[in-house]
Amino acid sequence: MTGTRKGYLSGLAASAAEVMDSPVRRAKALRYLLIHIVVITAAGICVYPLLRILSISMRPGDRLFSTDLSLIPDGATLAAYASLLKDTMFLRWLWNSLIITLATSFIGVSLASTAAYAFSRFRFPGKKAGLILLLSSQMIPAGMLILPLFLMIMKLKLMNTYLGMIIAYSVSSLPFSIWILKGYYDTIPRSLEEAALVDGTSQVGAFWRIILPLSTPALSIAFLFNFTTAWNEYLVARVVLFSSKQYTWTLGLFELQGQYITQWGMFAAGSMLVTIPVLAVFLYSSKWLISGLTLGSVKG
Amino acid sequence: MATVKFSNIVKNFKDNQVLKRVDLEIKDHEFVVIVGPSGCGKTTLLRMLAGLEEISSGEIHIDDTLVNHLHPSKRQIAMVFQDYALYPHMTVEENMSFSLRIKSAPRKEIQERVAEAASILQLGKLLKRMPKQLSGGQRQRVAIGRAIVRQPKVFLFDEPLSNLDAKLREEMRVEIAKLYQRLGATIIYVTHDQVEAMTLAGRIVIMNQGVIQQVGTPIEVYRKPDNLFVAGFIGSPTMNFIEGTLRVEKGHVRFVSPSLSLDLPASLLPAEGAHEGREAVIGVRPDDVYAGREAGKNCSQKVDAVLEVSELLGHRENLYLKAGDLRLLATVEAFFNQSPGSVVPVCFNFENMHVFDKASQKRLSA
Repeated sequence: MTGTRKGYLSGLAASAAEVMDSPVRRAKALRYLLIHIVVITAAGICVYPLLRILSISMRPGDRLFSTDLSLIPDGATLAAYASLLKDTMFLRWLWNSLIITLATSFIGVSLASTAAYAFSRFRFPGKKAGLILLLSSQMIPAGMLILPLFLMIMKLKLMNTYLGMIIAYSVSSLPFSIWILKGYYDTIPRSLEEAALVDGTSQVGAFWRIILPLSTPALSIAFLFNFTTAWNEYLVARVVLFSSKQYTWTLGLFELQGQYITQWGMFAAGSMLVTIPVLAVFLYSSKWLISGLTLGSVKG
Repeated sequence: MATVKFSNIVKNFKDNQVLKRVDLEIKDHEFVVIVGPSGCGKTTLLRMLAGLEEISSGEIHIDDTLVNHLHPSKRQIAMVFQDYALYPHMTVEENMSFSLRIKSAPRKEIQERVAEAASILQLGKLLKRMPKQLSGGQRQRVAIGRAIVRQPKVFLFDEPLSNLDAKLREEMRVEIAKLYQRLGATIIYVTHDQVEAMTLAGRIVIMNQGVIQQVGTPIEVYRKPDNLFVAGFIGSPTMNFIEGTLRVEKGHVRFVSPSLSLDLPASLLPAEGAHEGREAVIGVRPDDVYAGREAGKNCSQKVDAVLEVSELLGHRENLYLKAGDLRLLATVEAFFNQSPGSVVPVCFNFENMHVFDKASQKRLSA
């Protein structure tokens, strides 16, 4: 009986599709096609430079200035990678960058998450002014901040140290992270914290056990922002760090650019290698970026 | 279980006083419903009891303990929120056991209490689900379960059914009534829905503009409203109000309005000199307005009214009538069978009539 009914229904659906027929379907197909053309073109434009660098990094030393456009060049070799790792302090630079970037990201996100919570939940004098001040600090070009940052770090006697870099980086990305997180906290109903308070947590407990776990999408975005900014930063590093042992990879790679000769093969190989951590962090955090956790908590 | 006492409670939001010297005592095992229009301060009062809102002045006692400055978790209350407030990242079981886990209660005790609450509320099969996988009614049940697990002295319900559709609301209302019978707990329940108030409450507290208007059993507030606000707020459809002047004549009081004059029986309002010339409002529920044949059977002082619209409700029928400038609603037996525009005799059931002083809005009649 059910089978017959099912058959009847699917028959009905099929005939309904026939009635709607080809013009509708054709329009739909055309739309998909257009969307895909745009997406594939955009992806191509983004990926092409990366492929060129990959290609250059694998060229044998005598063909660095070749105009050949093939992805895998003739006589492809990993010699540039080997000599980068063997003959330079590249691994050391990577390590420096990693330490500074991770510390910046963790410190930045922890400061921002608590500050944003205060901005989102408490009433205090200067709240609005504080938020506007944070926002306006984002409008100042990064270059303008170099001198004051340099002076402050020098006064703190933190020149050429990890700590100096970490402070400079985490402070400068705070405003953005605070705004992102405050915006997200604002969407979390207060009643959840109130329920937690009645259930026996302190205000800090409610923040830790309820708000933070629910904010993983926003926390991931803030973390990623901190991570990529610190990882790719050049200007501040140029000013604060002066011994090549302390260099981050951005400074280190420029070491390869000599006055008379630039080792493009190694430069390209280094560029390829430094994308790996960022890529890894992006891939890993993508699962936390999925929003919608708060769905279903209140009404429905 | 416990008693709750509000003494002289005031709440100010900047210049706005939302609670004006509220006094209220709630007895052990009592089901009290606080009802009033939105913005009347009922939720604020409940949140103050829960410790979620600061008290501007006054005292709140649970049993004999002053709780004004006690942390919400130390007040031994449990609250069911209007929007359920289930923790979205926890399963039903984790939601229900959260308060016990915070206290680091023994695992066995946690399991037992959750299982007990789950069996009361038939949540057994849903324990491993996340809140977003539940329907509105199920979420509400989990929120109640979370409260039960805590074994509180007082249960607080803040408009718990207002997000449910009409049918589910009816079901949950019955569930809550059953739950009260089973737990015998002290319950304070806030709602703006007077049907919920009438059906659930042992005592109703009616509030308006930060002031308690009347406290009484559902039947008391329905039969003997203290003032015009209560008379108009309780009961559906709303009471008819007729404005006029009182005259004392030959040992009885006569109510005079442009469209209607009535001799009020002494049982309703004894003839006192003070009533002479007093501006008054008569209140009479639609059920106590007789029309057509009912009017013929029941009373002597009849008025002719024009039937404007009639609404069939099933077993009853609402008649919208007009007598001169006066508009009246009468609820009569179904199938009144008169077409709009026809003239019908109308009279009133004096036994259930109310007389209020227009100036003070207070009840004058017995």
